[in-house]
Amino acid sequence: MSTPSAAVGTREITLGQAIKEALAEELRRDPTVFVMGEDVAEAGTAFKVLTGLVDEFGPERVIDTPISEAGFTGIGLGAAMTGLRPVVDIMFGDFLTLVMDQLVNQAAKVHYMSGGKLKAPLVVRTTLGATRRSAAQHSQSLHAWVSHVPGLKVALPSTPYDAKGLLKTAIRDDNPVVIFEDKMNYQQRGPVPEGEYTIPFGVADIKRPGEDVTIVATSSMVLAALEAAEQLAREGISAEVVDPRTTVPLDEETLVRSAIKTSRVIVVDEGYERYGLTAELASVITAGAFYHLDAPVKRIGAMHVPIPFSPVLEDLTVPNAAAIVEAARELCGRR
Amino acid sequence: MEEDGRVTEAMAEALRADPEPWLAAYRRMLTIRHFEEQVDDLYRSARMPGLAHLYAGEEAVAVGVCMALRDDDYLTSTHRGHGHCLAKGASVDRMFAELLGKEAGYCRGKGGSMHIADQERNNLGANAIVGGSAGIATGAAFSARRRGTDQVAVCFFGEGALGQGLLYEAMNMASLWRLPVIYVCENNLYNEYTSYRETTAGELTARPRAFGIPSREVDGQDVLAVHAAAREAVERGRRGDGPSFLICHTYRFYGHHVGDVDRAYRTREEERAWREQRDPIRLLAGHLLEAGVDPARLERIQEEVMTEVRRGVDFALEAPYPDPSEVSQHVYA
Repeated sequence: MSTPSAAVGTREITLGQAIKEALAEELRRDPTVFVMGEDVAEAGTAFKVLTGLVDEFGPERVIDTPISEAGFTGIGLGAAMTGLRPVVDIMFGDFLTLVMDQLVNQAAKVHYMSGGKLKAPLVVRTTLGATRRSAAQHSQSLHAWVSHVPGLKVALPSTPYDAKGLLKTAIRDDNPVVIFEDKMNYQQRGPVPEGEYTIPFGVADIKRPGEDVTIVATSSMVLAALEAAEQLAREGISAEVVDPRTTVPLDEETLVRSAIKTSRVIVVDEGYERYGLTAELASVITAGAFYHLDAPVKRIGAMHVPIPFSPVLEDLTVPNAAAIVEAARELCGRR
Repeated sequence: MEEDGRVTEAMAEALRADPEPWLAAYRRMLTIRHFEEQVDDLYRSARMPGLAHLYAGEEAVAVGVCMALRDDDYLTSTHRGHGHCLAKGASVDRMFAELLGKEAGYCRGKGGSMHIADQERNNLGANAIVGGSAGIATGAAFSARRRGTDQVAVCFFGEGALGQGLLYEAMNMASLWRLPVIYVCENNLYNEYTSYRETTAGELTARPRAFGIPSREVDGQDVLAVHAAAREAVERGRRGDGPSFLICHTYRFYGHHVGDVDRAYRTREEERAWREQRDPIRLLAGHLLEAGVDPARLERIQEEVMTEVRRGVDFALEAPYPDPSEVSQHVYA
């Protein structure tokens, strides 16, 4: 577990604060870094995550844009190709659909198409997660879309510690990186060291060690998995929670090792289950640990419906701790 | 246009005073023409994989604009991009190598005709998505401004890109932030196989006007006129006065791509008229001869260009393909 405990110089801050700290530190460290997006400066983003950032760095480096996601992502890309390190803010992950050409056909392919000559150190910060009662166009978790495209890297922090370390790594990476923040968890608190640190991409984190069943969980689902593991422990089932932290690159080794250890695996992710991240992770685990598994890998993702507004309906579409507990009991023959 | 006429007359005077830069322009335009004719030949003789979109007929636009640029100025190009690359100074042999998918190509054969980039001359690449580089060019201009240089960025696109929203998003921000970008619209009259008149509402110049971007409409077959307008736009960008928009009326002598041989969407008479009366290379040759340049000099340039192009083709045909291990290299930096 790489999350720090109560070490000296560690304090509890929120996920939102961790993100702002990461940006402030990188803006201070590297004059080529800048932030751009809708309402990032004066308003400090729609989620108030960047409040005050513009006061330190000015409107030249924390830039409010028109409502033109494709346009300012393209401008960010051009800036990235010519010596700057932009951090582009896409308020809701659903709006990635508006920037897909710039991400998929342009940013992801610049390095390859140019035979390695051009680079695009572009960071796109965006959000995922439902249950905010925001309905079908502001609630999706579309990280699988960008994970599908070679040339992009994708980070999915689940804790304040991971958010800060992964965002700093993203900014220093020479490739386009899309980093998804769980919009429901900006107020989640966790230990973050005072000093400088980064978290390498492609290194999964075991959020809770266990013996009987592995729960591979991403982003918003890590908290649900930890809650489930707590419940399972009371029932005598020891669950290991593994957070890949980045889908591209993917730490296949840690996932497979955990699967071999426990012989039972649940993969839970808030993206749509069908053709989603859970399918890819289950496949990787099955290929690597087939002869050690007691049962097929169990997948839990969002229901295959547009996310409804009505709270009673919306809550049905998203995986939760109860569903994970249920799946674990089944895998462990406890029902 | 009257004002343009005066500017062109000033250019013509400059040409008479010193024809050398225009002889260089003539060489570049001829290089593009012969390059494209060779590409067509490589396609027809099945020696080139895939397709290519030929720039022949539009040479005055790329050359007139790029004459106003420095090596460190940025450029983004289109699927019809060979002319822009060559005008910015790319070499014929490595261009052909790229078109044939060879390792010696500008992109190690991984980009091909529609994706040639030339980092040494800040050519950020051709783009196979119509209008797809509007953000990149505008971002390069943003970057130049932010880094405190006086570089400018040129965004070439065809009139087909006027149908793409991205262009207008980028133009809006370029104007708001006074970015040194020059949008060069090459109106060759056809969006692929459809007349632009069927796809484009309102006036062309109303588009830049809506964003407060000064525009100029020029005869894209007249390299003097293109260059005069481009120079003005580049100077404006370098001064920090913001973006410009040039509409260059031109014509593609070939079809949409090398395989477009029927061209039912336009008449042979129209094509003949442009080739016979509006050939940008012949027009420039006329200016040069009028200025007293020895015709033998033009002939010599022609021979040298043909030799260079022939050598480039031979080089590319003989060059090795990339090693299979290249396939998974450069996915990530």
